[in-house]
Formats: sequence, C-alpha cells, structure tokens
Amino acid sequence: MGSLRPRFLTSIIATAVLTLGVAACGGDAGNTDGAKTAASGPAEKVKLTIGLFGDFGYKPLYEEYKKTHPNVEVVERVSQFEDHHNNLIKRLATNAGAADIEAIEVGYISTFTATPARFHNLKEFGLEKRQADYLDWKWQQGVSKDGSALLGLGTDVGGLAMCYRKDLFKKAGLPDGRDEVSALWPTWEQYIETGKKFATGGVKGSSFVDSPGEIFRAMVNQAPIGYYDDQDNIIVASNADVKKAWDLSNQLSQNKLTARLAAFSPPWNTGFAKGSFATIICPAWMTGFIQEQAKDATGKWDIAAVPGGAGNSGGSHLTLPKQGKHAKEAAELIAFLTSPENQAKVFKEEGTFPSIPALYDDPEIQSFTKPFFGDAPIGKIYSDAAKALKPQHLGPKEAEVRTAIGNGLGRVEQGKQTPDEAWAQVLTDVGKIK
Amino acid sequence: MPTRAPGRPAAPPSAPMRHRRRGVRSPLLHRLDVKGSPYAYIAPFFLLFCAFGLFPLAYTAWVSLHEWTLLSDTQTFIGVGNFSTLFQDEYFWNATFNTLSIGILSTVPQLMLAIWLAHLLNRPLRAQTFLRITLLLPNVTSVVAVVVIFSQLFGRDFGLINWVLSWFGAGSVDWAAGTATSHVAISVMIMWRWTGYNTLIYLAAMQAVPRELYEAATIDGANGFTQLRKITIPMIKPTIVFTVIVSTIGAMQILAEPLLFGATTGSGGMITGGPDRQFQTLALYIYEHGFTNFDFGYASAASWVMFVFVVLVAGINYLFTRRSAGGLR
Repeated sequence: MGSLRPRFLTSIIATAVLTLGVAACGGDAGNTDGAKTAASGPAEKVKLTIGLFGDFGYKPLYEEYKKTHPNVEVVERVSQFEDHHNNLIKRLATNAGAADIEAIEVGYISTFTATPARFHNLKEFGLEKRQADYLDWKWQQGVSKDGSALLGLGTDVGGLAMCYRKDLFKKAGLPDGRDEVSALWPTWEQYIETGKKFATGGVKGSSFVDSPGEIFRAMVNQAPIGYYDDQDNIIVASNADVKKAWDLSNQLSQNKLTARLAAFSPPWNTGFAKGSFATIICPAWMTGFIQEQAKDATGKWDIAAVPGGAGNSGGSHLTLPKQGKHAKEAAELIAFLTSPENQAKVFKEEGTFPSIPALYDDPEIQSFTKPFFGDAPIGKIYSDAAKALKPQHLGPKEAEVRTAIGNGLGRVEQGKQTPDEAWAQVLTDVGKIK
Repeated sequence: MPTRAPGRPAAPPSAPMRHRRRGVRSPLLHRLDVKGSPYAYIAPFFLLFCAFGLFPLAYTAWVSLHEWTLLSDTQTFIGVGNFSTLFQDEYFWNATFNTLSIGILSTVPQLMLAIWLAHLLNRPLRAQTFLRITLLLPNVTSVVAVVVIFSQLFGRDFGLINWVLSWFGAGSVDWAAGTATSHVAISVMIMWRWTGYNTLIYLAAMQAVPRELYEAATIDGANGFTQLRKITIPMIKPTIVFTVIVSTIGAMQILAEPLLFGATTGSGGMITGGPDRQFQTLALYIYEHGFTNFDFGYASAASWVMFVFVVLVAGINYLFTRRSAGGLR
C-alpha cells in the first residue's frame, strides 16, 4: 500500500479542483443597453429599461409616451417578485446591471431608502412638486431615512378587500351577494366561523382559503404597528397584534380550512382556475392577478369587504438607480407613468389602485365596475379602502421577518408542529435577523 | 513516455564563427524547449484556474473572517466568529443531513442502475447509437425543465404519481411536505438527469475489457450476472472510482433541484427548502444567507466548511470504493 498516499493526495487535490465552483459564485452580467444609443441628430435616440415584477399594465402607456417622445424606446424587464428585489440589491452593490428605472415594492422599500447613495435624488429633477398629489404616507415611504432625498414615486396602494367565489358560496349554502357576504365577517373570528360553515357545506375539491400566509399578512397590515417600531427595532415577540394574527391564522390551518397552497406558486395559480379555494385576500392589485389566472371564471368571483378594517398590502415605487446613463429621460418617464391620469388608466386596466387621493372622489373612478367580478363596484370598494388606510412603519428586513413567520405558518399548516412550537421557533429565527 | 518536441537539426559543421557560437547555446535552448514547453502549454489552464478558482477560494476565506454584508460599506474583522455561529446553527446541520441523505438516495441507486444498463448495452444490439443518444438525452435537458416537470409529477393535488398511487388505494402524498418524501422526489430528479451519463462512461470502460475473459468465463459456465460481478466490475474499477468521486461532488453541491422544487410546489419556503427546511441542502443554505440575506461573511464561512465536507466525503468514498470493489490483481 506504499503507493496509496501519493495517489490519495492526488485525488484530494483533484477533488479540491473540482469543487472550486462553490466559491466562485456567479455575478450578473451587466446591462449595457444604454451604451448602444446613437449620438446623432438633435433628438438623441434613447433606450430606457424598466425593471418590474409582474405585469404593471404599463405597455399601452409606453406607446402613448412614444407619441410625445418619439426618440424614447422603453424596454421592460420583468422577473419574479423575490428575484427582482434580490437581483436589484446585487446590481446596486456591484454597481452594474440595474435597469434605468427599477420598481420597488413596499416590503423592500425601507431596505433601499436606508442606502440612498445608490439612487438619484428625484428632487434633482424637480419631482418634489408632485408631493401634493400623493397620499402623505405613500410619499414618505419613498423618502430616504434622513429625509433629505426622494428615491421613488409611488405607483399604487394595496387597500384590502376580500375576493370570494360566488358559485362555491352558493353550493355551500352560504349567502352569495356581496353585501350579505360582507355582513358575514366584520371580524376575523367571524371570518373563521364562516369558513367552518363553508367546510360543512360539502363543496368537493374546494377549501375556504388558499393559505394562512396572506391572511396573516393582511391582519398584521391592519394593525397600527407591524413587525418594527419607529426606531427600526423588531418587535415581533412583544407586539400583541402580531401574536393575535398568528393565532387566528393558525386556527384556519387547524380547522383544515386552507388549501395548503403557498401564494404565487404554480399550483396556487392553477388553484384559481380549478376553484381550489373560495376566498382570497384581495389588495387592489390582486384583482388583475385573479383575472389573469382564472380566465374562464368570468362572473364567478366577487369582492366583499375585508374583515377587521382597513389595511394596506403591497404597492410599489418607481426609482432611479444612479448607474443609468439617461437619468433625465428616465425621470421624465417616471413622472409620466406615475401621473394621476395614468395611475387612473392603469387601475382600469390592471386593477392596481392609485396612490393619488384626488382620484378617489373622481366620479369616473367611483363608478368604475368590472364585468369579471360580476360588475362589482371596485372603484368604490378600493377608494373607500384607500381613504381609510392608516400608514404603518416598515423596517429594513421586512422580507426576512415575513419568511421566518411564513415558514412557521407553513409548519403548522403541514401538521409538523403545534402553533406554540412553531411560534417558539419563529421567535428564535426572528431573533437572529440582524 | 511523454511526448517530446522534435529535435532541431544539428548545425552544419562548416558553419562560420557566429553560427558556431549559437551552436554552443543551442543545447541549452533545446533542453529548455523540451523541459519547459509542456508547462507553457498547460499554463493557460492554470492561469485561468488561479483567476477564477484559486483567487475566489482565497478571497472567500478572507471574507469569511469578516462581518460582511452586501449593502454596507464597512466590513469588520471578526476572526472565526462566523464559523462558531455556523457550528452552533442547527439549520446548518440540518442542511448537512439533508445533503448527505439526498446524496446517498440519488447516487447509490443511480450508479448501480448505470452499471446494470451499461452491462445490458454492452453486447451486439441493433440501433446502438440511437440507444446511447437516448440515454444521454435527459442530461442535455435543462435542469429547470426537469424540475418543473417532476414537480408537477410529484404534485399533491393533481400530480401523476399520486394519481397512479391512488389506483392502489394509497392516499395522496404531499411529497414536498415530508422530509423523506421530498428527498426521494429530489433524488429521482437527479437520477433522471445523471444515470444515462454514467451509463455511457461505464459502457466505454466496459468495451475496453478483453472479450477473451468473457469467452473463458462462458466456457467455465459463468452466467451473465457472475460475469458482471467477477469480471466487468473489477476490470472497470478505475472508472467506477472516478464516477463515484464525481457523483459525490455533484451530490454535495445540489442547489437548483431543491430551490426550484420549493418554488414550483405549493409547499412554501422556497429559499429555505420548505417551511421546515425539510429539503434545504448545504448549497441552498449558502444561497439563503449569501444571496437573499446578503450576509456574505457568513455564507463564505459556510462555503468553506462545505468545501471541506466535500473533500472529506469524496476522500472517504474514494478509499471505500478502491478497497471494496475487489480485484483481479
């Protein structure tokens, strides 16, 4: 066996060589679209990239923009929610690859407003004059922590409502008119009771709700204070509202009222078409999503009031990373896309609700209905929801906190832990977030 | 015998002084050429390796000693702080267990199946090329496509596998929710992609085994299985050792399968390999900390520990296969 050692060593080295890929993590290739623009003629051709997650309903607006700005071509880069934000962090940190305009959802906005140096201050482009248009809290979310810089202009707000399947409610022997349904659940406790009644109604293949995760998120959003206090300390352990939301969400799981489908997963998407769940928490932007996923279900979905009062779930800002080569043109486009009239247009198309309070009493918005939702007065529903909204302070690691709690809810839902065990683990996990 | 550069023609004897002087130096140049050129030829690989292999490895080690996050501009030196946190993190050990479990579940059946398939193909058959290409096809398929399709097959509500199981009265299995079931599902995806690849490698090795051995064995009355066990496997042992090491390294680094499996099944917890981290592998653990929480220092520490694990496990497997496979020698 004298020959073993050198050969063994060789194999160790060979192994070492082969495993080096571990350390060499891939970076993102830079986006050099901006460099390609030609510099000829008075109206310089400009190509603007805009990084979005999901469909923002902007495509018709680009066409319109082209009429007044024939030299500007807009290219959308759409990726998934988490990927979009994680990639954006990477691209900002490595100073390469960000789009000219990047959308940021409220769950992540405080992560970015804490590092304003990587974005243009939109005040440089005179956009602070838009402040009067906006809901004040929405405006403040786009302002850097020290208050000096304006990073993003708001697109939409996610006032809450509850979407439900009329046909399934009828089958289960429940009332199906939107006012009667709203009357069923002024509180979340009553919502759960309704769920129990639905379950005994014997509708095969349909659960009452998709999963506890989004319901939990809505309940926390209705509270005056969420995961963070004003000084950016995580207060999950001490906030009674969070614990209450946790307990109520788990009651849904323990009474087997959930379809056990995590939000935004492919089976969840299929669930819309198959009618796997009868209710779903419905921020304004969700209406567009339902319409897209459940194309054949026209008239089956309807919208009722949300239990537990007003709250905001989601909504985005458009920001201007410093990397872009056409800051001025991009700032103009941001102003265009977020203008009151265009926010109103996008709402009618896509369902994302404006963050411009002047629109809420606009008769055109107030009277807006959608055939897909059985002519539900969605303009009025979401206007009322948006007017009643109270802002909540969001901290820099909202996404991580949400993952930790979401996993806990999942463990209870899958029957792996009791709510108490899961809560203990959630608190340990949240405690580790720095 | 290593290949040598062809010798230069000797200088003609009638050469003038100047040329004779060069003639004196020429043996040196010649020696340098012969001894040095091979290194020059392989240098590009090692230069690239240093830039894209060695440097990141060393830099990762440096980062792992710091409190280093992506968006913060200050990095504090904390020595082995990341490592001690890591070793106390039960999620890290959970990921280690999952990696080993998925590794064993995928590699062992995969290599056995590959040997058996190669043995079946190692005989005169019609349409051999077609069969071999077919074997390699799963390997050519994109891993994303494979995982998406298999996640649908393993779907809880509308999955094909649960549908077939229901014929036998089995209740619907929530594949992604359970620890064992999710490991099986992920292992099946890995096996699907890599069995054919290993089969081809074995087949190539088997065709180099002298026919006479089989003929003699047939005359002696050995059946096919005995021939496989007593002749084929010992004869292709170096190849087996190679595939075991390569598969081990591959299995230790599984990332895409659990990540996409978590994303495409409705179980939730995409980054954490399910809400209970039931199928979070080491690579996914590193991904979670490095690329979603942006805690690069911690992720680098985990990468280094994973690197050591891979070397250890591959080394153990090497010794094990080398000794246990028996031998003709």
